[in-house]
Amino acid sequence: MSAAAGDQLTIYERSQAGRRAFVAPALDVPERELDELLAPELRRATPPRLPEVSEPEIVRHYNRLSKRNFDLDTGFYPLGSCTMKHNPKLHERVAALPGHAKLHPLQEPRQAQGALELMWRLQRALAEIAGLPHVSLQPSAGSHGELAGVLLSRAYHEDRGQRRTKVLTPDTAHGTNPATVTMAGLQVVKVGTDAHGNVDLEDLRAKASEDVACLMLTNPSTLGLFEPGIEEIERIVHGAGATLYYDGANLNAIMGICRPGDMGFDIVHFNLHKSFTQPHGGGGPGAGPIAVAERIEPFLPRPQVVMREPAGNGSQPHYDLDFDRPKSIGRLRGFQGNYGVFVRSYAYIRSLGAAGLREVSEIAVLNANYLLARLRLEGVLEYLPAAYDRICMHEFVLSGAPMKRELKIKTLDLAKRLLDHGVHPPTVYFPLIVEEALLIEPTETETKETLDQFAQTVAEILREAREDPEIARNAPYTTPVRRLDEAGAARRRVLRQAI
Amino acid sequence: MADASYPDDLHYHPEHDWARVEGRQATFGITWYAQDALGEVVFFDPPEIGTQVAKDAPYTEVESVKAVSDVFAPLSGEVVAVNEALADKPETINEDPYGEGWLVKVNLSEPSEIGSLLDAGAYETMLE
Amino acid sequence: MTRYTSATDADRQAMLETIGVGSIEELFADIPARLRLDRLPELGGGLSEQEVYEELRSLAARNVSTQDELSFLGAGMYDHYVPALIDSIILRSEFLTPYTPYQPEISQGGLQAMFEYQTAISELTGLPISNASVYEGPSAVGAAGYVAKHVNLRRRFVVSRGVHPHSRETLQTLARGYGMEVEQAPLCDGLTELPHLDGDVSAIVVQQPNFLGAVEDLPRLARAAREAGALTICACDPLPLALLKAPGECGVDIAVGEGQTLGNRLDFGGPSFGFFATTEALMRRIPGRIAGETRDVDGKRGFVLTLQTREQHIRREKATSNICTAQALNALAGVIYLSWLGRRGIVELAELMLQRTAYARERLQALEGVEALHHRAVVREFALALEVPVERVRARCLEQGVNPGYPLGRDYPEHQDGLLVAITEQRTRAEIDRLAEVLGAAVAAERCAAKEVGA
Repeated sequence: MSAAAGDQLTIYERSQAGRRAFVAPALDVPERELDELLAPELRRATPPRLPEVSEPEIVRHYNRLSKRNFDLDTGFYPLGSCTMKHNPKLHERVAALPGHAKLHPLQEPRQAQGALELMWRLQRALAEIAGLPHVSLQPSAGSHGELAGVLLSRAYHEDRGQRRTKVLTPDTAHGTNPATVTMAGLQVVKVGTDAHGNVDLEDLRAKASEDVACLMLTNPSTLGLFEPGIEEIERIVHGAGATLYYDGANLNAIMGICRPGDMGFDIVHFNLHKSFTQPHGGGGPGAGPIAVAERIEPFLPRPQVVMREPAGNGSQPHYDLDFDRPKSIGRLRGFQGNYGVFVRSYAYIRSLGAAGLREVSEIAVLNANYLLARLRLEGVLEYLPAAYDRICMHEFVLSGAPMKRELKIKTLDLAKRLLDHGVHPPTVYFPLIVEEALLIEPTETETKETLDQFAQTVAEILREAREDPEIARNAPYTTPVRRLDEAGAARRRVLRQAI
Repeated sequence: MADASYPDDLHYHPEHDWARVEGRQATFGITWYAQDALGEVVFFDPPEIGTQVAKDAPYTEVESVKAVSDVFAPLSGEVVAVNEALADKPETINEDPYGEGWLVKVNLSEPSEIGSLLDAGAYETMLE
Repeated sequence: MTRYTSATDADRQAMLETIGVGSIEELFADIPARLRLDRLPELGGGLSEQEVYEELRSLAARNVSTQDELSFLGAGMYDHYVPALIDSIILRSEFLTPYTPYQPEISQGGLQAMFEYQTAISELTGLPISNASVYEGPSAVGAAGYVAKHVNLRRRFVVSRGVHPHSRETLQTLARGYGMEVEQAPLCDGLTELPHLDGDVSAIVVQQPNFLGAVEDLPRLARAAREAGALTICACDPLPLALLKAPGECGVDIAVGEGQTLGNRLDFGGPSFGFFATTEALMRRIPGRIAGETRDVDGKRGFVLTLQTREQHIRREKATSNICTAQALNALAGVIYLSWLGRRGIVELAELMLQRTAYARERLQALEGVEALHHRAVVREFALALEVPVERVRARCLEQGVNPGYPLGRDYPEHQDGLLVAITEQRTRAEIDRLAEVLGAAVAAERCAAKEVGA
């Protein structure tokens, strides 16, 4: 499909033969025959057809593209389960320091002591927040951390001579949980949710057999609700000899308030791009470090960042990469992990300190409950009732089922109409067990005025729908493009520019 | 197809599949309810000719933009024909689920299984 | 109140009243008292921005970066020049701070950038289908194995020892998880020697150029795989692909690789990105996000995440991968870099590296006590064999502010005497000459020391 008039051109469509932005440094060594260095049969006949554009064109092109994005620095972004909190601007400055940014991953440890010490200190901090003693920073994202967790559970059981084949996940689980289980060679068994939005303890008891390796849980759950029965869950799961895995996606609700380790979890993963402010970048990078209990420690990925005690004579401790881990599950990726992300998260933890982190969770929970109450005051909950009528934590789920029945607009339409109001919609159609779900997480960095404004905006859209549902059904109107033919995209499958 | 319809001449499986039986051969497809729940179908990958399908077991998948659905065999047998036209126009499954949107044709191995399927009325009742 | 939250006492009062509770404490009532922390976590901190900056700066000062020494260290990540325009673009709020584009109408910037990136990777690899990035190189190899397993349901991978040690180890870890055996194929005089491939081999995994810097005969390797009904997975260094025959032209089914050299910093190993490209036949099995072209209701061209039924948020336990967050910002840097290099620039850059690498190899081989470890064609990295202990030679060089490369003995017991030397466009002739001088002196000193000991 080529560009029609008014379409935003791609960089390839702007390309003109002969233009360039890069000029190679002059050849300063004796020039040898190309054929001699690289036989013709090893070489490609034609170079890759990259664009030919000058620097001003590149800058203008991507700047224009950027203005077709809504972003967190610009507006409210209450995406449930994503923790879209402010990205402190200091972090880019410290991450860019050449001592961090230009450090080669295979630099000798004694010449990378700043980096290794930073990682070690970050590990200590995360251990303290989780309430579990040992941390690996290696996983690159939450789902990578989940994979580590399931592989660790497997290794732990196999080390004790047990081959367990199942992993339990609640039916409210994020899709990465079951996908991870399959990648780790185990089988998913779903555990139901009761009428109060909690894990169904009866169902859990029935399914917690000796064949279960692990229960993967988020607490608070993806419904934004804390499991009051967490202690009983721990008893059931550990009673069956299985491990308890904590999906840290919702950690923003409990930092400094309670700790997954104290709840009995054996393995915890963190999403540094959620609670620890690594910018989302439009879909990464992130990091998914894990904290584990003592009994899981031997199986942690290799290498581990360790502190080696001083030899004596007043010398300092030094930091090192420890490869001597015979029971380790091995590597999950190259080098040590997403160090640039660690720099930013470490700066955040140092900025906030313990009191600051607790305040984060207190305000995150306060803001969510306030927004829920405000929506109630605006009459929104008549059409979008809370899926569970109880105090929420840092996020809450509404169901658009009554709105669909009575106002004839779906959660999707509400989301699209919100775009016209300069707000990013909440998460839609997740979790799966709530019909026409709308998952809302304001985070602690939003002002009360923003929350008030959002509640009023939703109320206004509902009022408008009562008058004329067609408006929301055909929204958005003011965005760079309007509703897109997703079915057409999946059928036509144009996944690259034709050149 | 805009309105729900469940032709009388078909046999229905509770997992929202239908069978049209002609002698020892049957044609399978998915019902109006199934295509409506899926949304606009974007992909259908037929099984190979010669595949054995078993009653109540999934034998293929139908994909829309936001969902994937297992397709269950209402009866057992061997696949002898597949609807090639769906490769280019999978949305035919939505437009004409009982006609041009047929999925496979099967030589039945156990015709007595027909007795356990629902008729149109029973299927519609089940949907309520 | 921290500097990132705004709830004043007055705000809190008003909010608590609206909610209908007396204190924030009451909002945590669901948490059993026994679990409530009665003390703050031991974290220290709570510092001003200025103090945090100073702490991070002093940690940075204890690292010897490529700015502080003359570095010929490669082995998977390379000290290339990152042009200034990349930061000026990727640090824009509109690219830095949004989430994954689940609402395409307000994410056209990111989605179009993904589409442009996918096109660039497809061009580099000569394969038609590319995703929008995975985490990095080694885990991309692991993910490719997962795809191969599901394609032909066979039970074994044959992996060349020429594949990066981290990629081999990562594949090993993941393969054990999803139930595949891994067999290694040796290198013979620098190139992969495949064993006989039986009907149980799901895929061969090779690297181009391989870890010892040598250019492999990809078409021959891919042919052997195809004849055995196996797939060919090739981990590639992207910049040499400007000159080398594209994996797609060689019969490779899945081309993956480490994208750090494309506009991303070293960052002590991450974040960077992994690229993942396949043949048309594997399109529905590819992991990760993919952007596709379409039109909106007014007929305007736009882009959306597509083929999402492969992914975890829909397919769940049957997904092609569990990947959710990937490396979008780093991939954006990648496509900007490739646009900056351009069609001619990438060739010029690669040819410059080729010439300088040839020069470096020739100068260093000529040193007493130094030989080429193999004589195969190389593009930007090559392996030497030293007559004296590599680690000691290296230590001497580091004292002189020169990092001569990676000691192969750390990963290859069969090459205890090996040193891997990397060249980028930043390593000038004068710098290569300095390396020759320092390395030569270090080797000579070690030879003397050996003689003295009577070794």
